[in-house]
Amino acid sequence: MNSRLIEEIATGFKTLWLHKLRSLLTILGIVFGVGSVVAMLAIGEGASQQTLEQIKRLGSSNIMIRSIKSEDENQGNRVRFPIYGLTYEDALRIEFGFEGIKNVVSMKTLEKEARLGRNRINLRIVGTTTNWFDVVTRPLLAGRILSREDSLERKNVCVLTRYGANKLLANEATIGQQVYLGSNVFEVVGILNTEDQLAGSSSMQSPDQPIDAYIPLTTAQAVFGDIAVVNTSNSRDRSLVELHQIIVQLENSDLVLSGAKSILRTLKMFHTTKDYEMDVPLELLKQTEKTKRTFNTVLGSIAGISLIVGGIGIMNIMLASVTERTKEIGIRRAIGATRKMIIRQFLIEAVILTITGGLIGIGFGVVVPSVVEYFAKMPTKIPLYSIVLSLGISVFIGVIFGLYPAWKAAQLDPIESLRHQ
Amino acid sequence: MKDKKIVVELSEVTKRYQIGTNVVHALSGVSYAFESGCFCSIQGQSGSGKSTMLNLLGCLDSPTSGSYFLNGQDVSKMDDEQLSAVRLSHIGFIFQSFHLIPQLTVSQNIQLPLSYLGWNKDKSEDRARELATLVDLKDRMDHRPVELSGGQQQRVAIARSLANNPKLILADEPTGNLDSATGGQVMEVLLELNRQGKTIIMVTHTSEIAAHATSAIHMLDGKIDRIKS
Repeated sequence: MNSRLIEEIATGFKTLWLHKLRSLLTILGIVFGVGSVVAMLAIGEGASQQTLEQIKRLGSSNIMIRSIKSEDENQGNRVRFPIYGLTYEDALRIEFGFEGIKNVVSMKTLEKEARLGRNRINLRIVGTTTNWFDVVTRPLLAGRILSREDSLERKNVCVLTRYGANKLLANEATIGQQVYLGSNVFEVVGILNTEDQLAGSSSMQSPDQPIDAYIPLTTAQAVFGDIAVVNTSNSRDRSLVELHQIIVQLENSDLVLSGAKSILRTLKMFHTTKDYEMDVPLELLKQTEKTKRTFNTVLGSIAGISLIVGGIGIMNIMLASVTERTKEIGIRRAIGATRKMIIRQFLIEAVILTITGGLIGIGFGVVVPSVVEYFAKMPTKIPLYSIVLSLGISVFIGVIFGLYPAWKAAQLDPIESLRHQ
Repeated sequence: MKDKKIVVELSEVTKRYQIGTNVVHALSGVSYAFESGCFCSIQGQSGSGKSTMLNLLGCLDSPTSGSYFLNGQDVSKMDDEQLSAVRLSHIGFIFQSFHLIPQLTVSQNIQLPLSYLGWNKDKSEDRARELATLVDLKDRMDHRPVELSGGQQQRVAIARSLANNPKLILADEPTGNLDSATGGQVMEVLLELNRQGKTIIMVTHTSEIAAHATSAIHMLDGKIDRIKS
């Protein structure tokens, strides 16, 4: 039985090979249909995986709350000395007011001119609690991270990120040296690695992406105070913001959505205006997955249409082939082939066409994404299911669109067919 | 005569076709019994019903009325699938224009009935080689039909008709497309097969060819007109 099928497939190939160009043109529809499915899925998969990775890096069990200027203020009612945003008390309320919380990281962002030796440059400095380094873990390049002692004793110490170190031209030898932040002297105690910015645009950034240096939150409070002064061309804007960001890490991601809701409720009670904003990576994750599903559905429909068109092409040629080979069908019937055997023969030929088309299409679908990856610097990934799916669809189309021509072939009258010239 | 086995028996067979509003009586009441091992020729003018007769004998067609027994089996009431099975295992066809399948090699053409019978590859290739040797085409096994002369093609067709080892061989003007020399060679092969016990029924309109046969039927207007044996 099996060797019989192999024989039939070989004969089918031989028959189709007699009309190489025609067979090739016939399968082009399938080639492009399958090729675009595989390529688009690979590009889509690559893009969504990149987003997912970024979101995961933010931590799926994290909640981020940022201070923002309240809406009133953005609408033009400018206050001369705005006081807004998250407070030290907010951090305490969250830390001790809820269950299932693993870490609460408070952050204060400062812009200061830094001086190391003869290099002067503006740095973004973050005053933070030591548990920052538990939530955003990055390998140390040199030295150490901030310790509890630094925090308690309000030491003037700082840890540079790789960005900051690059800006200041600092290296391992810089550890233990002094750096000026504003007019204060700090000791460099460590250099932390940072992750490379990923290609592709995304609003999602790692929490440490724009940071150049860390100092203890207590030190920041003691040395620089809570009032930020921004000098613009014609005015001096002052504002008071206690904390710029709070990262809440929950014990597991199941608690995230309910936790986020209750934290928001609490914040609302203590803030008269909405001067904070919450980002929940898990929610974004769910959103992204939903977007991906929509994308796949749309893509699937377009691919479906092109594959149907390809299938009609196959049917057209198979019908022509049946007419052309009427005599052969007559001979086979006279020798004793049943209708079923004739159907089988023509179905095998149709499926050979579509599988060949499918395989060439998969070839294109594999090559195109790597070209895109090379030139557009977009990550792509070919999911295994797309290849299995494409082959399955190719067989399916061969059977569906080959069935009618094969049935027509089988219905031919043997005597008439033999007489056919 | 009576102790001879009957291989094909027709009784009161009629065949009518509807062409437009006209009813054509291709066969009107034919009764005849072909003995096992005979070499019978059917002659007649075109339109005399000899082609219809051959199609019926070859189980390509069913009679409108009457009965047809092949090897003691009533074939006249069979459906398409059963008729195919009968053709596959009991009948070998030889056609005027050879009717080989162009994209297949000589060997594959000979093996065609065997592939439908589900023989395995080795066995079927052995059989093809044996038959090709019989018709003296052993060294042309891998050639395509177009690469062969008419006489060689007809010998391939004969080999193919023998593949399923049928009792009955039906030949439709087997020498019609051949010159007299090669036609003679083909007739030799057929006569040899007949000597080996095959029943051969052959349609021809050439009297010299018909003269080789052991018995001859002459048809006229859908009836058997003369019988010579």
